[in-house]
Amino acid sequence: MHIHRYERAWIILSGALMIVFIIAIAISTLALGVEIPGIRNRMAQVATAAPTPDAGWIRELAPDRYEVNLVARAWAFDPHEIRVPVGSTVTFYVHAADILHGFKIMDTTVSMMAIPGQMGETTYTFDKPGEYVFACHEYCGIGHHFMAGKVIVEER
Amino acid sequence: MAAETAYRLERPEKRLTLWYIAIGFAHLAVGILMGFLQGMEHAGINLYDAIPLIKHYYQGLSIHGVFNVLVFTTFFIAGFLTFVTSYGLERPMHSRTLSWITFGVMLVGLLMVDWSLLTNRASVLYTSYAPLKAHPAYYIGLALIVVGTLLLLANMVMTYLGWRRDNPDKRTPLMTFGALTTVIMWGLASVGIVVQFLFLLIPWSLGWTDGVDPLFSRTLFWFSGHPIVYFWLLPAYISWYFLLPRQVGGKLFSEPLARLSFLLFIPLSLPVGFHHQFLDPGVSEGYKAVHALLTFAVFMPSMITAFTVLASIETGGRARGGRGLFGWIRALPWNDPSVTGQLLAMVLYSLGGISGLVNASYNLNLVVHNTLFVPGHFHLTVGTATALTFMAISYWLIPHLRERQLWSRKLALVQTWLWFFGMAFMSRGMSWAGIEGAPRRTALGASTYFLEEWVNPTRLAAIGGVLLTISGTLFFINLILTWVRAPRTTEVPEVPVAVPLQDEPNMPTILDRFKPWVVATVIIVTIAYGPTIFRLVTTPGFQAPGMSPF
Repeated sequence: MHIHRYERAWIILSGALMIVFIIAIAISTLALGVEIPGIRNRMAQVATAAPTPDAGWIRELAPDRYEVNLVARAWAFDPHEIRVPVGSTVTFYVHAADILHGFKIMDTTVSMMAIPGQMGETTYTFDKPGEYVFACHEYCGIGHHFMAGKVIVEER
Repeated sequence: MAAETAYRLERPEKRLTLWYIAIGFAHLAVGILMGFLQGMEHAGINLYDAIPLIKHYYQGLSIHGVFNVLVFTTFFIAGFLTFVTSYGLERPMHSRTLSWITFGVMLVGLLMVDWSLLTNRASVLYTSYAPLKAHPAYYIGLALIVVGTLLLLANMVMTYLGWRRDNPDKRTPLMTFGALTTVIMWGLASVGIVVQFLFLLIPWSLGWTDGVDPLFSRTLFWFSGHPIVYFWLLPAYISWYFLLPRQVGGKLFSEPLARLSFLLFIPLSLPVGFHHQFLDPGVSEGYKAVHALLTFAVFMPSMITAFTVLASIETGGRARGGRGLFGWIRALPWNDPSVTGQLLAMVLYSLGGISGLVNASYNLNLVVHNTLFVPGHFHLTVGTATALTFMAISYWLIPHLRERQLWSRKLALVQTWLWFFGMAFMSRGMSWAGIEGAPRRTALGASTYFLEEWVNPTRLAAIGGVLLTISGTLFFINLILTWVRAPRTTEVPEVPVAVPLQDEPNMPTILDRFKPWVVATVIIVTIAYGPTIFRLVTTPGFQAPGMSPF
């Protein structure tokens, strides 16, 4: 089987490029800790009450350390306004109470699907003060575009 | 391998092909109109009240998605592959009765889908994510269309086996080989949605079951939902590899690599669906990483395609007198709209491939998931590589089948360039807005949180949308007039069948057989999906009753 040498070189370079990309992803995940959701089969050890899809809450565990139990249902987030001081680290437990929803905080790496029967978990540290809009990013019916809220990161 | 042939399609195959293509394009016309409304909505102009039947953005968006990527593509492909199979093997389809039954099943399904969408009973978007609940007619209709594609697969395989019996020592003609690869891949891939529709969605929508586990349903959907994009793409590849080189006066640069890249799509198209579910809680990071790696692997046959197809076109440009490093590009027949359309489709497709890699890059997906970046990506792939190529194919195929001249070559040329610039603007605008966080599938113009950063990109996208709408309109005018009004001609445009640059007497047999690749697919898919599917089936799922909030 004849393969032109330019084409052979092209294929090898293409493969090398893919490997470079894969290494970059591995470094960002394993060394820099930019993680995506997975299977969650344990509750956070700091939690004093189990996060459930029944109702939303915000809890201060320690100075600058917060937990938010966020419930998405058509068409609002509970809670829809979250206030924390700048520098706070917040763990979000994300639930969907009825149909699929999404949860994305603009200008952050916080983004995940909210799926009935599953709980998503992510942690983020808010280093800059300001208002961070979050919105539902999975279609959930005719009121989908009203489904939003904000994290208000306050100056000390 | 003989390329010259006096074979002409027999009348039933011709009629079938034309019917499929006509129905496909009729739906694309409606889909493009819906797209125009969406572009305007994002830029702050709500036109939904002006359109009869369409109650709101999400109904329009459901029609846009289903008509464009499910109906237009599937019907055009059913017609085109019937043509390619019959023409390539120089024989009618194995069973004409089955051909017409297939068409009938798909048409009945289509009418059910059309009715439920146009009456706002199925505004669940083309992904149909349970527990959003549509009317049963919608699910049953879509299932019938899928059944139709599987009947087409059966008929094509039987036609091929008949040819193989008569020609035991010949290599499968290339275009038919491409067609078979396409449907075999799709046959394997369809298992996910067949199970999802038969066992989850249809019984649930009829009220026979109380609920659906949303994660399981979603996983089955994406089992088929990613490979389906290759079902849309491979027919365009058939044209780029096996027809276009002839249209530009060249030859296929490498037959073995062409065959290899087609065959690689069978095992590599399937085990990649989790890259649509990177942000789903309930699927392990480990298997998501496996699917991310395999998505990078399925990029390889497209890289081979980039080289082989460009090199083939270059042989044409040089044969036409083009000299120097880039002179061959100018020498290509840019006055042929079928050629221009496909070349421009390839240019945008290269960007679509790159943005697809961004989507598939595991944690980079955190930034772009469900933002406008994603439609910015797939309007370059299915919206251009597929759609513009299908239009470009029509510029010779419809005159060929109708035995009429193309009504206006100039209008066709203008149309292809307008599509190119329209899509370049729109896709750039959408990708830009997406990186700024704008969610996709959202009536942004009516949202309560429209950010300042989204103003300029959504305007750019709207300008692109206007150009695309004009381009689409020109296409349909030209298509209809070619179909019914253009002068009849005895000089039917030939079917441009490309021949390989070099004869390959020693080509490995594995490049002309399907079975080893099917076996490889089953093994890889079992490894990539088996444990997750097993866990979802064996652990008691969450039965969401669902609702229809539209």
